[in-house]
Amino acid sequence: MKDPVIVFDHVCKSYSLYHHTTGGIKDLLFHLPSAVSAIKNSRYEALKGVSFEVKKGEALGIIGKNGAGKSTILGLIAGVLKPTEGRVIVKGRASALLELGAGFHPELTGRENIMLNGIILGLTKAKVLKKLDEIIEFSELAEFIDQPIRVYSSGMLARLGFSVVAHLDPDILLIDEILAVGDMEFQKKCIDKMTSFKKSGVTIIFISHSMPDVKRICDRVAWIDDHTIKMIGGPGDVVFSYAKQ
Amino acid sequence: MNSRIQHYIDLITILTQKEMKVRYKSTFFGYIWSIAHPLAFAFVFFMAFKVVMRIQMEGYAVFLVAGLFPWQWFSNSVNASPMVFLLNASLIKKVSLPRNILPLATVLQDMIHFLLAIPVIVLFLFIYHKSPAVSWLYGIPTLLIIQLLMTYGLSLMLASINLFIRDLERLAIIGTSLLFYFTPIIYPETMIPAQYKTLVLYANPLSPLMTSWRNLFLNGTLELSLVAASFVYSLFALMLGYAVYTRLSWKFAEVL
Repeated sequence: MKDPVIVFDHVCKSYSLYHHTTGGIKDLLFHLPSAVSAIKNSRYEALKGVSFEVKKGEALGIIGKNGAGKSTILGLIAGVLKPTEGRVIVKGRASALLELGAGFHPELTGRENIMLNGIILGLTKAKVLKKLDEIIEFSELAEFIDQPIRVYSSGMLARLGFSVVAHLDPDILLIDEILAVGDMEFQKKCIDKMTSFKKSGVTIIFISHSMPDVKRICDRVAWIDDHTIKMIGGPGDVVFSYAKQ
Repeated sequence: MNSRIQHYIDLITILTQKEMKVRYKSTFFGYIWSIAHPLAFAFVFFMAFKVVMRIQMEGYAVFLVAGLFPWQWFSNSVNASPMVFLLNASLIKKVSLPRNILPLATVLQDMIHFLLAIPVIVLFLFIYHKSPAVSWLYGIPTLLIIQLLMTYGLSLMLASINLFIRDLERLAIIGTSLLFYFTPIIYPETMIPAQYKTLVLYANPLSPLMTSWRNLFLNGTLELSLVAASFVYSLFALMLGYAVYTRLSWKFAEVL
């Protein structure tokens, strides 16, 4: 039995609804008692008592409706959120595939953005430089690589983003519905890359609304509904129940 | 452990480089803007106070320039700081990187622009038949570090709090422009009436520092009491900024 690299132990996560405080001083002063109680009580429960484990080299798919709490799980694994209750244990470095263009600057060239993104996501400059050619080749964007990325299409941005992440050597790869924009050929390339990651022992957390992709990549699937795990198990069963609902 | 430090350094470098590259991208005059802006102000103050109000002072132009450039660094960084975390929302929400580096990159970028503007100050010195002093060799690094700590501390604090109370964007701009007139930049500290002198010179955290810069550039002198006062202020600003940041940073991803 391999050791789990990600453990969620009865994790609850609730957010204060800060928009009450950002509503401004006028609101606060004129409705002081109600405003204070609103700040105290208005918490939004994003996750309630979620427990699961992911073993090394396993690919876990997370599916569910918008706003069910999928991205909160990813945030907890990436270490940008702290659980309100319960424990989250993550062993190894988790690298997130950012949404389109995040961590990129539109005025910089593709090459400059690879450097920027690679370092932001945890590599040293020397390592990014070593892998630069490989990344450019994988992205198939060689002829645009010295253009500022504001001229890139969204598909090209997705290519660039995935190409950087694909060369990070992460222990844990976090992917939040990103592949939808690339063309068929590149999507296939990404899926292949993820499969080869899996073979080399990288743990993958894959959030997607594309059930065929989930089935193809994942060993297990967790269906998040109403901020808690409704079902977890083999991809066939879970995707079937989810689709039927 | 070593590679962690290396990564930290690389991160600061690449973010500062990015800011440098991006700042004047697609502008025609580029770097000249960072000199033109304080020079334009120097010109306006010169017209208002020397030509119109006839301030009794030799070399008022070089006097203004020597004070305005360091001030420009401070105010640019502080005014930009409330937006730093907001503009990097997607990073903060997805990547666990040391976020306190983000405002540091902004401050460093403005610092480099200030360093690049020092030749302009030298040029003005020559025009007024003065020259750089040997004391610059230790004076500039000393004041540079003091101002870096102070500006970074304040920026870190403003950037953190502004995620929760967005009023700081306005407050920072109002604050720096008001503080400017309480800092001996357009007037020498010797002109402050005796009963207010200590107040203006020591109660305003920027006064000792800006006065030190100007005395260093114009006369090559460093007054120990002023340097010490600004150093104490800068340590205080840094500790304050860091304390606020540590208290709030775990919530950043929730409020963005």
